[in-house]
Amino acid sequence: MSNKTDKPWEYGDETKAVHAGSQPDPVTGARNTPIYQTTSYVFDDVEHAADLFNLQTFGFIYSRLTNPTVAVLEERMASLENGRASVCAASGHAAQFLTFFSLLEPGDHFIASRNLYGGSITQFGVSFKRLGWNCTFVDPTDPENFRNAVTPKTKAIFIEVLANPGGIVLDLEAISAVAQDVHVPLIVDNTLATPYLLQPMSWGADLVVHSTTKFLSGHGTSLGGVLIESGKFDWAADDKFPTMTQPDPAYHGLTFYETFGDFGFTMKARAVGLRDFGPSMSPANAFYTITAIESLPARMDRHVKNAIAVAEFLETHPKIKRVSYAGLKSSPYNDLANKYMPKGAGAVFSCELVGGYDAGVKLVEGVNLFSHLANVGDTRSLILHPASTTHRQLTDEQRDAAGAGANVIRLSIGQETAEDLIHDLDVGLSKV
Amino acid sequence: MSDALIYSDDSIRKILRSVKTIALVGASPKWVRPSSFVMKYLQGKGYRVIPVNPGHAGKEILGEMVYASLADIPHPFDMVDVFRSSEAAASVVDEVLALPASQRGKVIWMQLTVRNDEAATKAEQAGLAVIMDRCPKIEFGRLFGELGWSGVNSGIISSKRRKLGA
Repeated sequence: MSNKTDKPWEYGDETKAVHAGSQPDPVTGARNTPIYQTTSYVFDDVEHAADLFNLQTFGFIYSRLTNPTVAVLEERMASLENGRASVCAASGHAAQFLTFFSLLEPGDHFIASRNLYGGSITQFGVSFKRLGWNCTFVDPTDPENFRNAVTPKTKAIFIEVLANPGGIVLDLEAISAVAQDVHVPLIVDNTLATPYLLQPMSWGADLVVHSTTKFLSGHGTSLGGVLIESGKFDWAADDKFPTMTQPDPAYHGLTFYETFGDFGFTMKARAVGLRDFGPSMSPANAFYTITAIESLPARMDRHVKNAIAVAEFLETHPKIKRVSYAGLKSSPYNDLANKYMPKGAGAVFSCELVGGYDAGVKLVEGVNLFSHLANVGDTRSLILHPASTTHRQLTDEQRDAAGAGANVIRLSIGQETAEDLIHDLDVGLSKV
Repeated sequence: MSDALIYSDDSIRKILRSVKTIALVGASPKWVRPSSFVMKYLQGKGYRVIPVNPGHAGKEILGEMVYASLADIPHPFDMVDVFRSSEAAASVVDEVLALPASQRGKVIWMQLTVRNDEAATKAEQAGLAVIMDRCPKIEFGRLFGELGWSGVNSGIISSKRRKLGA
């Protein structure tokens, strides 16, 4: 008698966006995911409590660690990214903190693309340094730059494949091959692409992080972050990852990789990282995000369609020097975008004005429909002048390297009527 | 390594619903060891788990007497859970097949990372069901609604009311 069978039915991404993780409630049959707005959960008896605290059984203790509503979002994200498991956090930055806390010892090193969200550059380059975690930033357009920056202490490579806000697309497959060669996990911040447009794990990424605040929650309602693991990285192949393979003094000598196998990394991030630092996602934010993800495929299709229309308009405007959108045929990254993101290169891009810093200020203040604020991935169209806001803390060199120079405007194209967005920018540009 | 192992959810559900007594080969008395996690969890789900470990024979683990070998267990069991290396799994299968059919159960389950295709074929030819490179604790949690509580992708998509417990 054999239990081997043909492969089970594979559900599509649109189905997963609606269903994954949210089977109806066992007691009430509630079809939609309830908001479990509770801090804590009763134990059956002392033995049950001990089993939960020792991680010997699955269950709930306290919402800093696990919550049934947040768990639905976690499973849904793990499913959409084709990963094994995930853990949510209070924000994208918190998810990055949990990731590196679970990977690094003081004195360790990682390599990051220099084309990242400005907040990540500051987090990695300044605040992480104070914890003894050292980051080297490299030009990511040549994958060999990552290999050349490897030191004996290097424990990870971190990239945004679709980078914020430079409009560039990295050669994910080639960078993934370098990470595999030097045996460190490749971490991809997939916020701007979302798993609907790009699934980095299909190209060899080991860990994916998101700010769920952006397209996933999608309506500008809810902060959140998530870390997803593929389950495929072999933490025990060498002695580089003692946080995973050695008994953990923060958990009575439990060895996370041996005990939890292919979901050991997110268990560690949860059981130690969330427990001891506390940046958990609230159940209400998880609920809004779960609801929003159900329409993610439809929203992303429209975001992409509008973004192409707006980018094509700007490309021909006399007051615009350059549009950096990988979805444009004129972009040097268009081939990579078509390879990795055939459904579209997202809806966040930047453009350079013919004028300088002042022209940028005039445009953000001269539009009416676009909201001037520091977020991306909203139903509403958003506009930002990075040099005077998100990238303010950086030096001119850092700003230029990150694609956020003085004349750069960042746009996040929303769900409105495309002609209205074009009209609004046209009026704004007339004031420049 | 040969082809990826694929077991249908239904076949694993059937095993977890039908077995009651499990002989756990490679049981450890240390509570932080994975075998201890699995034994305690399965006990909590109503299974009787009999630990097998020659180094600890005659002592107790989690309230159960430890036996030196499968042949020493004085009563029948339904399944053998193998916490040994892939190579050592072959001798565990031989031990099972040497037992009378009424004693040895119907299932040999090899833990995560444990896989021995040759031994599995031998056991299957003798009429036993074989699961390899899986963990019964994780599979129980996955199929009966608990694994997702820890953010793990159960792979289950369904609009039927979730059922807890086998």
